[in-house]
Amino acid sequence: MAITRRAFVSTVASGGAALVIGFSLRHDFMASPAVAGPAPKPAPANPFDAWVHVGEDNSVKLIVAKSEMGQGIKTTLPMILADELEVDWQSVEIQQAETRPDLYPHLGTGGSTSVRTTYMDLRRAGGTAREMLISAAAQKWGVDRARCSAKNATVIDNGTKRSLTYGELAAAASKLPMPAQDDVQLKAPKDFKIIGRSIPRVEIPSKTDGTAEFGLDAKVPGMLYAVIARCPTFSGKVRSFDATATKAVPGVKDVFQIEAVAEDVHSAGGIAVVADSTWAAMQGRRALKIEWDRGPHADETSASLATAFEQRAKSPGTVVRNDGDVDKLPDNSTRIEAVYQLPFLAHATMEPMNITVAPGTDRWESWAPTQSPDWVQRSIAKIAGVAPQHVIVHTLLSGGAFGRRYMADFPVEAAQIAKITGKPIKLVWTREDDMTHDFYRPAAYHHMTAALDSQGKPVAWRHHLLSTSINAYWDPKAPPHKSEMDGASGVPYNIPNLRIEHSNAPTGVPVAWWRSVADAMNAFAVESFIDELAVAAKADPVQFRLQLLEPARMLKDPNAGPDDDERLSTERLKKVLQVAAEKSGWGKPLPKGRARGVACHHSFGSYVAQVAEVSAKSDGSPKVERVFSAVDCGVVINPNGAEAQSEGAIAYGLSAALYGAITINNGAVEQTNFDGYQVLRMSDMPEVEVHLVPSGDDPGGLGEPGVPPIAPAVANAMFALTGKRFRKLPFVSS
Amino acid sequence: MATTRFLLNREPREVDVSPETPLLWVLRDTIGLTGTKYGCGMALCGACTVHVDGVAVRSCSTPISKVEGKKVTTIEGLKQEVKVPLQQAWIDEQVPQCGYCQSGQIMAAAALLAKTPHPTVEQINDEMSGIICRCGTYQRIRRAIQRAAGGGNGHH
Repeated sequence: MAITRRAFVSTVASGGAALVIGFSLRHDFMASPAVAGPAPKPAPANPFDAWVHVGEDNSVKLIVAKSEMGQGIKTTLPMILADELEVDWQSVEIQQAETRPDLYPHLGTGGSTSVRTTYMDLRRAGGTAREMLISAAAQKWGVDRARCSAKNATVIDNGTKRSLTYGELAAAASKLPMPAQDDVQLKAPKDFKIIGRSIPRVEIPSKTDGTAEFGLDAKVPGMLYAVIARCPTFSGKVRSFDATATKAVPGVKDVFQIEAVAEDVHSAGGIAVVADSTWAAMQGRRALKIEWDRGPHADETSASLATAFEQRAKSPGTVVRNDGDVDKLPDNSTRIEAVYQLPFLAHATMEPMNITVAPGTDRWESWAPTQSPDWVQRSIAKIAGVAPQHVIVHTLLSGGAFGRRYMADFPVEAAQIAKITGKPIKLVWTREDDMTHDFYRPAAYHHMTAALDSQGKPVAWRHHLLSTSINAYWDPKAPPHKSEMDGASGVPYNIPNLRIEHSNAPTGVPVAWWRSVADAMNAFAVESFIDELAVAAKADPVQFRLQLLEPARMLKDPNAGPDDDERLSTERLKKVLQVAAEKSGWGKPLPKGRARGVACHHSFGSYVAQVAEVSAKSDGSPKVERVFSAVDCGVVINPNGAEAQSEGAIAYGLSAALYGAITINNGAVEQTNFDGYQVLRMSDMPEVEVHLVPSGDDPGGLGEPGVPPIAPAVANAMFALTGKRFRKLPFVSS
Repeated sequence: MATTRFLLNREPREVDVSPETPLLWVLRDTIGLTGTKYGCGMALCGACTVHVDGVAVRSCSTPISKVEGKKVTTIEGLKQEVKVPLQQAWIDEQVPQCGYCQSGQIMAAAALLAKTPHPTVEQINDEMSGIICRCGTYQRIRRAIQRAAGGGNGHH
């Protein structure tokens, strides 16, 4: 929902001015001077500089200025550009943008924003380039441009039928003054030739034959490999170390300490081992003898955190929303109470964190699998002591990201090592490093109480949400609740008395954004509890929700900022609920041993409802057989890609629901690899049916909105099957 | 250090590394074939799957000394070995998302189809559950294997 992922306060080298780096879900990553207020929207770049490179040989290169991490953005965004530009999709080449915030002010890829924040800008860029090409042709011919039109990378004079190719026109067109945005006529949706078609993704062939280049595949002449021994406890430090045995490992070149960088990036510091191969570096690290100062959080355990949650839940939290009076209830009302608990979660991208950094005297270079190449650039620049524009960052494919690759801890570490050695360094995180030094999804505890009147209608809803706040970790000056409320404070159900509170629980565990962030956490509590109310009211869970979504309303999340114009349409939420119910055969009999459960949620500008059909395994844990998902994400650019994102979101959410748990003992993460941290495997993958609900609305996000409904849908289905409520994640205890 | 000789994608190779070095890192760092991926280092995720004498193995946990005199096939050499258009099926079903695990998925699928040309869904699940995908492409992998096995477009 429309919450700002406000997080970072950083000081940028140039001029030393303090910049607030704000990440809003709809305005993307942007830097704005803290004192001067929000930055004005930069003037659009000349499309021939930024977006469209036409060669004299008629080659057309389209530039994509977002990171490909599996969401298909390398295809989707150029499709938008190509449609307005009037070029044949088959003949274009796609190229990753340079890390140049001057040309591309929104390089960060996150918050399911890529399509919805750039849809109109890319259409305008494509349309502007097209109009400039038409103008160039008209000038050349000395005719009125109104009689010229563009098609298949060619401008045609409709009077004489003569034509000029874009290759023949580009040099002249790029020098023309840019037309005002309002003068660029964009296509009517009915005239789209590319948008709305299932275009095969451009990078998929390279992902079937080993040629796709991920971050870990980067190779630079003279490159050495590095791993780092980090303190197992968070904020711990090196007290002393002995590298004698490490230096004796064949291939090890250097061993030294690097400092933690707390400001902005929260890197852990530790002992770096540099070698001529990854394996030698790993072997060298194994031979290190380190004495750690285990730091201020060495005693933390998951049990101590659970106790802290329980204690805090007894006192009121910060009131985020207060409608009516939840304490004043009719005498004959039925009270319902439940507690939902969620553990920390790791992102566990298949490709562990890594980056390659080559130092230089006045020019550094990096090859980065990252969601935020501009932050990588600034972070390396700070360590290197050069201006950001002197750090060339090549954005490589990411082997999964899910929020983890937004962070700049690993770039800083690699830059530190490159600076000390003076050599190009590939920093490799092992799986163990990745799992024990993540920025985890927060742990949470939800205390929910509600009341039904004698007709079974909910009259009160109190939700006390306790979590280890992301704001509390990244921006302690900001209110801790601001980062935590998505999907909770904006609850769409029409209940007259409603109070939403938040309490922060301090932890030493680093936390940050995990695919769909607070929405998936809070939807588990909200969509499970509404199901409990439906059961208590002896109502059908779909009908119960539909009634509570009446009357039609456009809701603003009370936790959103004053400038936030995002609204939840109860009509669109109802529609996806109806479609999911219909497609799943809701209400129709199932074979013995199966049951259905439903959940719906609005997040990141899109609406998703899912019906899970489950059976029980012999140990009583859920086996999810089928999932029917209805998705309204507004205009769909690439339907096959949209379905893939929806399937993937269900798998990611289901993995967390069934198995995901990071636990803390003696201040350290207990899970170190995929044996301790179980994830979804093929045998657990349900058959998923995705139904894209036709919608003329502006594009919404899609990477994340499919995640929130799956855990409650499965929990609700298991209740329908067995009468047992799954209120604690994960459902399968290890 | 010791010399190990083996056939890699039908070409004779000789490497001089310590004998316990995992095949994975020899492929990636010594030889420079980076299509085979590192995921866990403990044979838990399958991203590093290659064929040794036609059998799918986890290269992260296979010391180089164990492939002495053997035939190693990686994702880069698969096209020479596999009769069925497996990689094309992956493209037709638009399987990969991030793609990082897909070399391992395809190598495991190729080994499955070599011994079981027409696998059931259960056989696919059994064989392929050793390879983790975090993007959630499992359903499409199932379809692609069925398509490659001659089961039409994979939708049933």
